[in-house]
Amino acid sequence: MQWLGVAPFFLFALLFLILPTLYLVVGAFQNAQGEYTLDNIAQLFLDASIRNSYWVSIKISFWSATLGAIFGLALAVAIVRGGLPSWVRSATMTFSGVASNFAGVPLAFAFLATLGRLGLVTILMRDLFGLNIYGMGFNILTSWGLIVVYLYFQIPLMIVIITPAIDGLKKEWGEAAATLGATTWQYWRMVVIPVLWPSFLGTVILLFANAFGAIATAYAFTGSSLSIVPIKLYAQMRGDVLHNPNLGYALAFGMIVITGIANVFYIWFRVRSERWLK
Amino acid sequence: MADTFLSIQNLRKSFGTTTVVQDFNLDVSTGEFVSFLGPSGCGKTTVLRMVAGFEQPSAGAISVGGKDVTRLKPNQRNIGMVFQAYALFPNLTVAQNVAFGLKVAGVPKAEMDKRVAEMLSLIKLPEFGDRYPYQLSGGQQQRVALARALAPRPKLLLLDEPLSALDAKVRVSLRDEIRSIQRNLGITTIFVTHDQEEALSISDRIVVMYGGKAEQVGTPYEIYNRPATKFVANFVGTLNVLEGVVSDASAGKVKVDTQEIVVGNKLNGSRNGDAVSLALRPEAIALGPRPGHDAELGGRISEVHFLGSVIRIRVGFGKGMISLDTFNNSSTPPPVVGDQASISFSSNDLLVLH
Amino acid sequence: MRSGRFWAWVTFVLGACYFFIPLIATFEFSLRMKRGEYSFEAYKVVFGDPRFQATFTYSAVVAVLTIILGVLIVVPTAYWIRLRMPQLRPVVEFVTLLPLIIPAIVIVFGYIRMYGSSSPLPFLATARGTDALLVIGYATLALPYMYRAVDTGLRTIDVRTLTEAAQILGAGWTTIVARIILPNVLISVLSGAFLTFAIVIGEFTLASLLNRPAFGPYMQLIGANRAYEPAALAIIAFIITWGCMSVIQVLARFAPKSANQPN
Repeated sequence: MQWLGVAPFFLFALLFLILPTLYLVVGAFQNAQGEYTLDNIAQLFLDASIRNSYWVSIKISFWSATLGAIFGLALAVAIVRGGLPSWVRSATMTFSGVASNFAGVPLAFAFLATLGRLGLVTILMRDLFGLNIYGMGFNILTSWGLIVVYLYFQIPLMIVIITPAIDGLKKEWGEAAATLGATTWQYWRMVVIPVLWPSFLGTVILLFANAFGAIATAYAFTGSSLSIVPIKLYAQMRGDVLHNPNLGYALAFGMIVITGIANVFYIWFRVRSERWLK
Repeated sequence: MADTFLSIQNLRKSFGTTTVVQDFNLDVSTGEFVSFLGPSGCGKTTVLRMVAGFEQPSAGAISVGGKDVTRLKPNQRNIGMVFQAYALFPNLTVAQNVAFGLKVAGVPKAEMDKRVAEMLSLIKLPEFGDRYPYQLSGGQQQRVALARALAPRPKLLLLDEPLSALDAKVRVSLRDEIRSIQRNLGITTIFVTHDQEEALSISDRIVVMYGGKAEQVGTPYEIYNRPATKFVANFVGTLNVLEGVVSDASAGKVKVDTQEIVVGNKLNGSRNGDAVSLALRPEAIALGPRPGHDAELGGRISEVHFLGSVIRIRVGFGKGMISLDTFNNSSTPPPVVGDQASISFSSNDLLVLH
Repeated sequence: MRSGRFWAWVTFVLGACYFFIPLIATFEFSLRMKRGEYSFEAYKVVFGDPRFQATFTYSAVVAVLTIILGVLIVVPTAYWIRLRMPQLRPVVEFVTLLPLIIPAIVIVFGYIRMYGSSSPLPFLATARGTDALLVIGYATLALPYMYRAVDTGLRTIDVRTLTEAAQILGAGWTTIVARIILPNVLISVLSGAFLTFAIVIGEFTLASLLNRPAFGPYMQLIGANRAYEPAALAIIAFIITWGCMSVIQVLARFAPKSANQPN
């Protein structure tokens, strides 16, 4: 009888989360006639444009995650340990909460207004420094442009997640290390970095998964022309551009596998770091 | 008289306009165990941190082993330190934690392993080398912290309230262990605590601190029996205080409530009519007359608590109240509340507080 | 630590530049509509656009419905798990993490395939049905945040004792949840609600693929066709997000401190 209380939740999850996903996963292994086959999965690797789109997605996700993590870590260390006034920390945390949710269509507009052909920074560069960045080959509407844009929500996400871990670095550890004769660098090398490493790595992976599944910003940027996996999937859903619905399922399945594995690693790393920092 | 190993001279520390430590002077002999005892905010931890090098004194000098270390960084002072919060490195095993100071100094592996094994058996945790701090209890972690501090063979050991975070029972057994290890190694030690029983039971000397100043420095016996100030008398041990008025300064008589007692020659400088506080330790008081007890006060029994081997009695005098303990005597029943009673003590045991 | 502080300031200032320059640039761009002068013309156009009003209203209504659905699903569940079935907690928490693992586009893909006109639950057969599916989809996306907010709130009240007290006084389950539990976790629920609102109002993927007249697709359309209005929309969107987050911060100050119980 207890189960009645949680039935609505599980029913909801089943109908609107689990079954739709499973439907796609099963469909990925079927062909148009409903027979089971691995052809679609194979196609993910064989079809050049699909392979390319996965590659571009992985590239964009990897770089926005890694750079976002590094810059986010630098900012987090600066606000927690940098000896800055306390308003800096609370302002940064608040802004990070806002910025990490400011993904999607408006973010694309913001960066177009900044670094697009008529963007403020583009124009300032030209008028103040004589640098015509578009003339020099720069173009915001590329993979690297998207990476720069993605940093806008990746960095804050990193800050929000890693700041508690940095808080957890006890002051006494540094003092104990000093009394034992260690220099600041030795302390960082032997204690701080190993302690933060699982949190850091886990968050990089989370950021990767975050970027991999994102589509709105990319779509607002370049329409369907930037060939990342979500956009390919979007195009497929809109008009069966692949001429094979099951291939669309396979595409989705590939996404789930990648984000799924990433999240497994993230959870594993988080459990490990929480155990140490008890 | 052993040589002075640690010398603190005219130490002062101010933060802006607030002075948290002033006129602090202390010479500690080699191998001595000295406690800094006082309530929170008295400056004891600040002095310790200045000896460690985490705070720079505003004035004064600290020398260790004849060398002036006042300007040296903490990692150059060759001291061991144990913290209240254990501060074990969570990513390293017990053995790696203990070896940390040795690793930093570049000690070769064979010798490092030997020293670590030595330390682990010293703290009686020889099988724990591969465990991680989160797998240990508080008491075990603190022992590992002690081993870690001692492994590089420092000349000075500093302990900052190391037992405050532990359960009562662990606290008692660990403090004895710390003392015996310290004695074993003969290492000069400073121990900061707010628990007077701790300080009294294991120190060679105690520095009682209050408001940034050292109120008294002495052996536990001296501090307890001959407190130099009202604060020390109140802070260390329990104290009964009777308020009275000097009735005859030349004869050494003080009027307490309606009765007069002779306090002897302890009334230096007081004149007739001065208010004075008389303090007595509970063990110095007896119920009824005793040979050798030259002062007596009459009152009424107000509370009797039979605690088994000890009977705690509170006797009221007009406005004052005295606590005393007597041992249970199977042939004499305890006194009854409401009875008249007299207490006696030796005027030698009286402390006159100004 | 002197040099440490210098580098900390350098890092902070560089970070602030990266985050503020786009906002400044966008705002500046949005003021450029009238040639040669700064004006709020772009904003006037946007606010005056009936499609803006229609889609914004649509998204706002959908957001509110999503919040209601989210509360109806999450609050009783979190309560029940805490009270009666703590062993299910890891399972439920894992389920609430799934929307963070499975990308939104995949989820909506599944909906389109499963709930088309020929399925036993033909949501997509009608406009209203699709609207309902959109609300459901958003509730799913917001599930992790809503659950975490409510669960945190429940942690600070003694669920068991409150329930027993209410039962002795004769209350049934609905009354308990609606009149006792919900008011006590209201702050947390509101936090979750504002976060949901921020997520839903500008959402693009689900709305676009389900062909609903929401604010997200509207913004994307404007972006594809107009120059200055998108910048104005971006500023408006940013202000809304900022507003929601600020409310959540303010609410956090009113949240009750943790009660002293083992949990």
